[in-house]
Amino acid sequence: MSAVVVTDLVREFVVRRSTGRLRRDKQVIRAVDGISFEIALGDAVGYIGANGAGKSTTIKMLTGILVPTAGTVQTLGLDPVSRRRELARGIGAVFGQRSQLWWDLPLGESFRILAALHELREWQPRVAQLVERLELGDFLRTPVRQLSLGERMRGEVAAALVHSPALLVLDEPTIGLDVLSKEKLRVFLREERTNHGTTLLLTTHDMTDIERLCDRVLVVDKGRLAYDGTLTGLAATMGAERVLVVDLVEPRAALSDIPGTRLLSVEGGGLRQRLAFTTSAAAVLAAVADRCEIRDLTLEEPDIDDVVRKLYARGGR
Amino acid sequence: MADAYRALLGARLRAQTSYRASFALDLLANVGIGLLEFCEIYVIFHNIDVLGGLDWQEALLVFALSNIAFSLADLGFGHLDELPRYLRAGTLDAMLLRPLPLLGQLVTSDISLRRLGRTAIALVVLAYALPTAVADWTPAKLLLVLVTPIAGAAVFAALFVCAAALQFWLVDGGEVANAFTYGGSYVSQYPSSVLHVLLRSFFTFVVPASFVAYLPTLVLLDRSPPTGLPAALGWCAPLAAMAMSVVAAAWWRQGIRHYTGAGG
Repeated sequence: MSAVVVTDLVREFVVRRSTGRLRRDKQVIRAVDGISFEIALGDAVGYIGANGAGKSTTIKMLTGILVPTAGTVQTLGLDPVSRRRELARGIGAVFGQRSQLWWDLPLGESFRILAALHELREWQPRVAQLVERLELGDFLRTPVRQLSLGERMRGEVAAALVHSPALLVLDEPTIGLDVLSKEKLRVFLREERTNHGTTLLLTTHDMTDIERLCDRVLVVDKGRLAYDGTLTGLAATMGAERVLVVDLVEPRAALSDIPGTRLLSVEGGGLRQRLAFTTSAAAVLAAVADRCEIRDLTLEEPDIDDVVRKLYARGGR
Repeated sequence: MADAYRALLGARLRAQTSYRASFALDLLANVGIGLLEFCEIYVIFHNIDVLGGLDWQEALLVFALSNIAFSLADLGFGHLDELPRYLRAGTLDAMLLRPLPLLGQLVTSDISLRRLGRTAIALVVLAYALPTAVADWTPAKLLLVLVTPIAGAAVFAALFVCAAALQFWLVDGGEVANAFTYGGSYVSQYPSSVLHVLLRSFFTFVVPASFVAYLPTLVLLDRSPPTGLPAALGWCAPLAAMAMSVVAAAWWRQGIRHYTGAGG
């Protein structure tokens, strides 16, 4: 069984706008326009795209909130709309923009209610585990409305996992979080996946989320699937360059003669030089080491935001 | 499933009673609303002796039965008029991701105990009006007094559900919906005989507000309804409630279908 199978998925919305005092125009917008993909159990997939590309609409169809206009969806082997309640037991969902917790009750109370909703018998060990690993202990008795955003988001993630779902859907889980909170959340999600084989499907605008969490990326643009593959593959497809930054022991003239590279900048009178390349980092490094003594170096991975932007630009017009 | 609802309800009740001062004020405010409604009917009878064929005590009976029914329905279902807010905030989507029916979750999401304040006033009025207005008691009449408020509450609950279902189509149509729920409640606390025959028929057979209090009261008083309607209609509150519930359930299902985009 696959976690998600989507075939030729289409979703249209009718938008009405007034064009005169009484006249109104009907316009059909295709938010999702013939998307097909499959996610195996245990996969971690990033679903990315610009605002309005059709990400949330797809997620809503996968979880049974929206009915497809055409095409088929199977989530955990079930038809999401007709088997919504059954499916709910197998899915956990975190929406960064909206809370699933009871805002006027202590956080711990939300877990208790969710356990009752899912008719779990032995839920205390699971909640205790989540509380420990997401470090919720300090504010378990605090009403949700008084929590900071970071605390609340950790609470949301725990709430989505109380019933140990096979599929965890995360819609912008790190939005608005500071760097440290983001990283903690990512570390937790990776552990969760390793320990429980949880399938992850996440939408995000933060490319670090994708780099850290996902093996596979789906890029959706204007309702169509623009790319399906690995993140490195995405960078390669778009001819994205990596950048080697070398700090030299002694200043040296510009390293403009290294094969397969493009010199980006020379700083500190030749002490620091930046080289862009698409081939192997080892070959470039060896070529530089042949010419001078290296004190330190860093490797900059391609900026995926740029890559995706390029992809949109290419696919769009 | 019963455990799940108990957990949801318990959480709601705890949340309300944990802010005691605010809860006490809310309760008091609702007693106030009940008293104001009572003042209105008091002022009317201060100026006239008979309204729609009923005297003061008899009219109070209609008032009490209607208010008990409405306040009970309001307690359980009144917050359904918050549906547009839930739609905007995405609360509804969160509910759709839980393994319970949506309506059940909505009903248990915001039970407001403060509304019992109005029930209390209505019960006091009932206790005053019943012995003075009703002359000869039979077991059947006793049964009617017990069943009518429950059936009436079901009628109003169904109206609340219909009004809420309407919100799936109307963005911000809260006021239209209120016309049926609160309007129905207002009509039901007065003898329907004061209404024009068209309006009276509407509030009997379309929005069954007359069944909630006026028609059963006529049975209690051994009177027959005006315009030749059968007296047995006074016993039909449970039937009206059932019919209304069927309509409400079907309408609600259509509303959900519209929301998820399956039809309409």
